[in-house]
Amino acid sequence: MTRYVIRRVLWAALVVFVVTLLTFAIFFLLPSGDPAYRFAGRQPNPQIVAEIRHRFGLDNKWYVQYGIYVKHLFLGDQYGWPGLGFSYNSREPIRTELANRAPKTLSLAIGAAILWLAMGISIGVVSAVKRRTIVDRLAMGFALFGVSTPVFWIGLLGLYVFWQRLHILPGTGYVPFTQNPVQWFLHLLQPWFVLALLYAAFYARMTRGSLIEALGEDYVRTARAKGLSETRVILKHGLPASLAPIATMFGMDIALLVGGAIVTESIFNIQGLGYWVIQSVFTQDFPVVVAIVFVGACAVVIMSLVVDIAYAFLDPRVRYT
Amino acid sequence: METALDPLETGLREGEDVAKSPRQLIWERFKADRAALLGVLLLALLSLCAIFAGVISRDLIHHGANQLFETQMLNQFGLPNGPNSHFWFGSDSEGRDLLVRVLYGTRTSLFIGVVATGIAFVIGVVVGLLAGYFGGVIDTLISRVADIFLALPLLLIAIGIVAACGTSARGCLHGTLQPGLKLVTIIIALFSWPYIARIVRGNVISIREKEFIEASRALGATNGWIIRREILPNLVAPIIVYATLLIPNNILFEATLSFLGVGVPDQTPSWGGMLRDASGVFDVAWWLMVFPGLFLLATTLAFNLVGDGLRDALDPKTSR
Repeated sequence: MTRYVIRRVLWAALVVFVVTLLTFAIFFLLPSGDPAYRFAGRQPNPQIVAEIRHRFGLDNKWYVQYGIYVKHLFLGDQYGWPGLGFSYNSREPIRTELANRAPKTLSLAIGAAILWLAMGISIGVVSAVKRRTIVDRLAMGFALFGVSTPVFWIGLLGLYVFWQRLHILPGTGYVPFTQNPVQWFLHLLQPWFVLALLYAAFYARMTRGSLIEALGEDYVRTARAKGLSETRVILKHGLPASLAPIATMFGMDIALLVGGAIVTESIFNIQGLGYWVIQSVFTQDFPVVVAIVFVGACAVVIMSLVVDIAYAFLDPRVRYT
Repeated sequence: METALDPLETGLREGEDVAKSPRQLIWERFKADRAALLGVLLLALLSLCAIFAGVISRDLIHHGANQLFETQMLNQFGLPNGPNSHFWFGSDSEGRDLLVRVLYGTRTSLFIGVVATGIAFVIGVVVGLLAGYFGGVIDTLISRVADIFLALPLLLIAIGIVAACGTSARGCLHGTLQPGLKLVTIIIALFSWPYIARIVRGNVISIREKEFIEASRALGATNGWIIRREILPNLVAPIIVYATLLIPNNILFEATLSFLGVGVPDQTPSWGGMLRDASGVFDVAWWLMVFPGLFLLATTLAFNLVGDGLRDALDPKTSR
C-alpha cells in the first residue's frame, strides 16, 4: 500500500514536471514577437527594448529562463508563492487575481461534479433495474442525447428558454455565496446542469452496464436466495461492486471538468478562471494563459491523485504493488 | 448475462441448415438495429451536404459562403434578419446566408472528424501494437507517455497552443504551423491517439498469448507476419467501433474550440463558430442558434448511433 502511494505520488510529480515543460514551451514558442515591445512605448528604441528584455530576463538563454520559471513556480517570486508573474494587461500580480476568481470556478465545478455523479448513478441504476422496459429506453435515449449534444448549444437554448422566454431563472453572471446564497444558487443552477449533462450521460451508461453485469454474478444470486429484498440486493450487493469502475473513471474525468468549466463560464458569463484564460488569449496576455494552464493542470493531477489514493484505501481489492 | 446462444444469435433458424459466415451475421444484426440504420441515413445525408455544398450554394442558391448581404439581411440596427423565401435559414450577424454557411460547415466538421480521427487512428494502432506485442521497456515507455497525455486538461492545453500559434498570421515553429483548420486537426489528433493506443494495446496483449499465435510462430512466422496476418485482423472490430465513437468527440472538440473563438478562423464556416456568433444575439436571432446546433447534434448523434450499432453487431454480448 505504501509503495503504491509513493509510486502514485512520484507519478504525479512527473506529470507536473511535464506540465512545466509544456507551459514553458507554449510561452517560449510564442510567435507574436517580443513581449518587451509592449512595454517600450509607442516608438520603441532598441536601447529601451534591450533594457526591458534584461529586466524581464528575456535576454537569457532559454534553459536559464526555464530554470527561473520553475524556480519562481515552486519557491515564489516577488509577489509571493506560487510565483506566477504578473499580467501584461493589468500589470497586477496574477496570484491575487487568481485568488479572486478561483471561488467562482470552484463553485461551478464542485456543484456540477456532485450533480453529475448523482444523476449519472441514479439514472444508471434505475435503467439497469428496469432493464428493457420503457423507463430503460427513455433513460438510455437521454444518455445518447447527453453524449451527443454540444454543451454550449444546450447552454444557449437554456438561457433563451428559461431566461428570455419563461423568466423562471436569472440570466448570466455570478453572485458570491457570501453576498446572497439564494441568488448564488439560482445563478449557478443552469450552469451546473449544462456542465453535468454530458458526464451524467456517460456515467449513466457505465453504471447501467456494470450493474447489469454485477447482477448476473453468483454472489447476487446467493443474496437473493437468502431471501433478501430486491432493494437490498441491489443497493448492498450489486451496486458497490459496480461503482468501482465509476470511481476510477471519476479520477480521470476531473481533467475534462476543467475544460467543460471554460465553456460553461463563457456561456453564462461567470468571470472565473476559464473565462479569464479565454479573454487573455484574445488580448495576448500570455503570462495569464500560462499561469492558468499550469494551475489547472496541477489541480487536475492533484485531484486525480487524491481520488486514486482514496479509492485504494476504500476498496480492499486494490493492492497495487 | 446469459451465455446460452439463442437461435437468432447463432443465425440458425428452423429449416435452415446452411451456416452463415460471421460477416453475414454481423450484417444481419446491424440491419435489425433501426437506430443504427437511422444513423447511417443521417450520415449519408450529411455527406451529401458536405460533397455538394459548393454546387448547391453556387448553382441553386447563388450565394457565396462569405458573401455579404448587408442591405437585404441586416436591419437598421445592424441586427440579422430571420428566415425568408430567399434566405431559408436567415442570416448571420454579418449579413451572410446562414444556409450556405451551415452547408459548408458540414465539410469542416466531417473533415475534422474523419481526418483528425484518422491520424489518431494510425498513430494509436502503430503505437498500441508495438506496446502490446513487444511489451517490456517499449510498453512501459509508450504507456507512460499515453498516460501523461490522458492526465492533462486537454482543452486548456489546446487553448494554450492555439494562443501561441493561432493569434498571429505567421503561425509558430517558424511558420510550419499556421493557424486554421490544419492546426486544429493536428491538436485534436495529438490528444486523441492515446485512447486508441490503449484499446489496441489491451487487445493485443490478450491475443498475443493465444494458441494460434504460438502455432504461427512454430511454423516459422516472423514478427511482422504475425502482426499483419494474425493480430491485425482480430483487432478490426474493436478499433472500428472505437474510432466511430471517437469521431463525434472530435467533432464536438473542434466546435468547442471554434465556439470559444480559438478554433478555425471566421472565413472557414464552422458550426461552433456560428454558435459563437449566435451567443451575442441569441435573444433576437433564434435561427442563428437553432440551425447550426441542430446540424451539429444530428452529426454527433448519427456517429454515436452507428458506433453503438456496430458495437452491438460485432459483439452481441454487449447488447443487453
